[in-house]
Amino acid sequence: MRTIINDIVDKPHVGEIKYTPKDFKPDVDVRWCAGCGAYAVLSPVQRIMPELGIPKEKIVSVSGIGCSGRFPYYMETYGFHSIHGRALAIASGLKIARPDLSVWVATGDGDNMSIGGNHFIHTCRRNVDLNIMMFNNEVYSLTKGQYSPTSHKGQITKSSPLGVLDDPFNPTSLALGAGATFVGRGHDKDRKVLQYLLERAAKHKGTSFLEIYTNCRIFNDGAFEEFTNKELREETTIWLEDGKPLIFGNNRDKGIILDGYTPKVVPLDNGQYSVDDLLVHNEKDSTLALILSDMSFNPDLPRPMGIFQSLEKSSYDERVEDQIEYEIKTKGEGNLKELLLGESFWEIK
Amino acid sequence: MSKTVEHLDEVTVRFAGDSGDGMQLIGTQFSDTSGFAGNEVNTFPDYPSEIRAPEGTLYGVSAFQVHFGTKNIKTTGDFIDALVAMNASSLKVNLPNLREHGIIIVNTAGFDEKNLKLSGYSSNPLENGSLEKYQVFAIDMIEEIKKELDGLDLNPKLIKRTKNIFALGIAYWMFDRPIEPSVNWINKKFKGKDDVVLANVRVLKAGWNFAEKNAAFKKQYQIKRASLEPGKYRNITGNEAVALGLVVASRRANIPLFLGSYPITPASEILHAISGYKKYGVKHLQAEDEIAGITSAIGAAFGGYLATTTTSGPGLSLKTEALGLAVITELPLVIVNVQRAGPSTGLPTKPEQGDLLQAMYGRHGEAPIPVLAAASASDCFAMTVEAARLALKYMTPVILLTDGYIGQATEPWKIPEMEELPDLTPEFAKDPEQFAPYKRDPETLSRPWAIPGTQGLEHRIGGLEKKDVTGHVSHDPMNHQRMVELRKQKVEGIVNDIPTLEVEGEKEGDLLILSWGSTYGAAKTAFDKLREEGRKLSFAHLKYIHPFPKNLGEILFNFKRILIPEMNTGQLKTIIQSTYMVPVIGLNKVQGKPFKAIEIEDKILELLENKKS
Repeated sequence: MRTIINDIVDKPHVGEIKYTPKDFKPDVDVRWCAGCGAYAVLSPVQRIMPELGIPKEKIVSVSGIGCSGRFPYYMETYGFHSIHGRALAIASGLKIARPDLSVWVATGDGDNMSIGGNHFIHTCRRNVDLNIMMFNNEVYSLTKGQYSPTSHKGQITKSSPLGVLDDPFNPTSLALGAGATFVGRGHDKDRKVLQYLLERAAKHKGTSFLEIYTNCRIFNDGAFEEFTNKELREETTIWLEDGKPLIFGNNRDKGIILDGYTPKVVPLDNGQYSVDDLLVHNEKDSTLALILSDMSFNPDLPRPMGIFQSLEKSSYDERVEDQIEYEIKTKGEGNLKELLLGESFWEIK
Repeated sequence: MSKTVEHLDEVTVRFAGDSGDGMQLIGTQFSDTSGFAGNEVNTFPDYPSEIRAPEGTLYGVSAFQVHFGTKNIKTTGDFIDALVAMNASSLKVNLPNLREHGIIIVNTAGFDEKNLKLSGYSSNPLENGSLEKYQVFAIDMIEEIKKELDGLDLNPKLIKRTKNIFALGIAYWMFDRPIEPSVNWINKKFKGKDDVVLANVRVLKAGWNFAEKNAAFKKQYQIKRASLEPGKYRNITGNEAVALGLVVASRRANIPLFLGSYPITPASEILHAISGYKKYGVKHLQAEDEIAGITSAIGAAFGGYLATTTTSGPGLSLKTEALGLAVITELPLVIVNVQRAGPSTGLPTKPEQGDLLQAMYGRHGEAPIPVLAAASASDCFAMTVEAARLALKYMTPVILLTDGYIGQATEPWKIPEMEELPDLTPEFAKDPEQFAPYKRDPETLSRPWAIPGTQGLEHRIGGLEKKDVTGHVSHDPMNHQRMVELRKQKVEGIVNDIPTLEVEGEKEGDLLILSWGSTYGAAKTAFDKLREEGRKLSFAHLKYIHPFPKNLGEILFNFKRILIPEMNTGQLKTIIQSTYMVPVIGLNKVQGKPFKAIEIEDKILELLENKKS
């Protein structure tokens, strides 16, 4: 059914679709604190945009409230800085209405796991074709330092001077449990990796969820040091690569095996285990994804980074379009006159 | 057998029975047929909030009231003229509202020991003389149906299931209605199930014949046709009218429709209807909560859709924060609140007008929103189209108030021709040379609507205050003052784009009845009656609450006294008094029931008498 929005939706881009990262930088000052992890997300996003081949006018970034909320102002595309927790609901409405758009959501651990938790699980469940980037700094920064749903137990913050009592969410497990088809994790100290993850997320059809460790220098400095510091991270994290055995360590001398359903670290240098014994990653295996994600908070295991899961499934916005198409195909385009007349009408002459 | 015929101007019939007795169905048939017969009709379904209440109980009674006549049928009828009661409980519950000497048609099969016990009758009212002041027609409908269907090889369950149709046949005879529309309906409804069609058609005719041949039925009533404007008509509920209004508005605007909604009584029928409109290109999201209902709609509005969210009072409370976002981003949005009795869950299936102040002021910050209110079921259509018109033209959220009464009630609706309706086509911004996100139209003060996909117009909007014209984030104090004032001026400017208020009766004088929303029917009925009796009186009805019609103040100053009947404790009264500094007399009913015309009439008479004394 054609309407005047088709004049815009269907209009081809004038000129060549050729950009540089600079084309995605608007003429405004970026006002995140010096050294904020958010810079390390913005820059790879601006860097991958030219590679996607999508006209700039078809890209929209949507955010909620928090430090991440400023993201749309720093992208020279269409943008919507909304209210606390609701970015995903707004983005869902936009994507369902306009499947021609590439919609990116910038959110945080407070915005997405707490006040927006309901929208998050339902967006994952529906598999709306959105790219969600969750800046996780394990603290509420914009409100100046309260604990968040990803803060660890015992964490001292302004609102937990005696230590946090709650257990945190593991965002990747929550996403997997809610049915997200693409789930990954990266951090602000490895741009190349982040760029790879963002590219993969952009290409994924359906909800893609990236948890991105972003250091907050002001309220939670060094929260991820153990996993992001170049000197430490080879020993404390493990890179998930589809089809590859799970190996980690400075000397790549350790691996992960499955003992029943329990992942365990084994040495590869004493002759007891070989690479062939190791767990092999498979992005299409959703049970494995849950097991790997569950390694996250286990102090005896390396923290997984990379893509936990990438499944092919029709997206919600696509299903909405298909249903309309099917209805029109089988019943004919709706005749408004008939609709108004209803099942029974009468005429006064 | 001689039968007499009496002519009546109007009649109120109430069909009452157990939840499973099919009362809604025969009520709907009776009202459709009455519309077909050329009468004005107004109906109201009244069913328990329990989904399947235990059979035979008082709280399981389901009823459908049909008020029809030759003119001025604007309420569902103050008192019942004829009560069809399928069991003891339905008689007991509805008897208090039956007119003296009124007609009772009962199914005696619903008065066995068990039924009497469940209804709390200590002895059978059909036998103990307690119904003497009424005209009672007691019929064992089950026996009569058995006789009629004897010899046909039918499922025995059909006998019990068609008793409502038998009662409908009797009612058709008594009020001289044609049976053909229902015969046609049965044929269509049960197409392919020949035995069901056969049984229902025979039972309908049997009911009619029973009354025709039975000596007890001495009188038939005839109700002349109303003098309605020529055209095509159908019966419609307010909720159906809103759904159609939204689809039609989107078509007239030449943009697609998006509904984001969460189920809530008594608004869900709008969601039900729209979710079935896929072949009209409509999109909807049954959201995870009320907040996602409105915020998904805001997202769709950003994308260039006619976006809407439908709810009831508690849902509007949840949407409150997002209303602020819609105000500051200046996106078009239609919010429909089918009000119910609150606070909290309150009386969720019953109507009230308790959300007026919420609609007007229930927001953080300075966030003016136009507020409209529909007067009746059929008016819901026109007011929905109007809400969409204002939203699109002024780039603003608009709240439309209806309520559970007009949402569920039906009345005949003159089906409009599409061409009669206004062209609502918005103009999307396209020219990068001319564009700035908050560069306003000098006349309407609305900002341009630039939707993603438009090359060269990439821009950012959001909840942070924006600089006038450029739309950059701005914390400048003077800019905030200016933007607050501009948003206010924009909404207030709508006053020049809405009709002025009409006063019926005296143009100035002693007493003005001022109604809003669904109190229209009862207030207008009371006014018309007293005017016909020669009383000096005036009446006006508000459909635009914010902004008020331009001439409202002038009208108010022309009267010594103003009476506002409303289903709350005085919300419009509060607004009128504070806006115009005139004293207002309130007539307030918060019983989960609409006003009866007689209640307003009594109040008017009391005021008129007081003045005399």
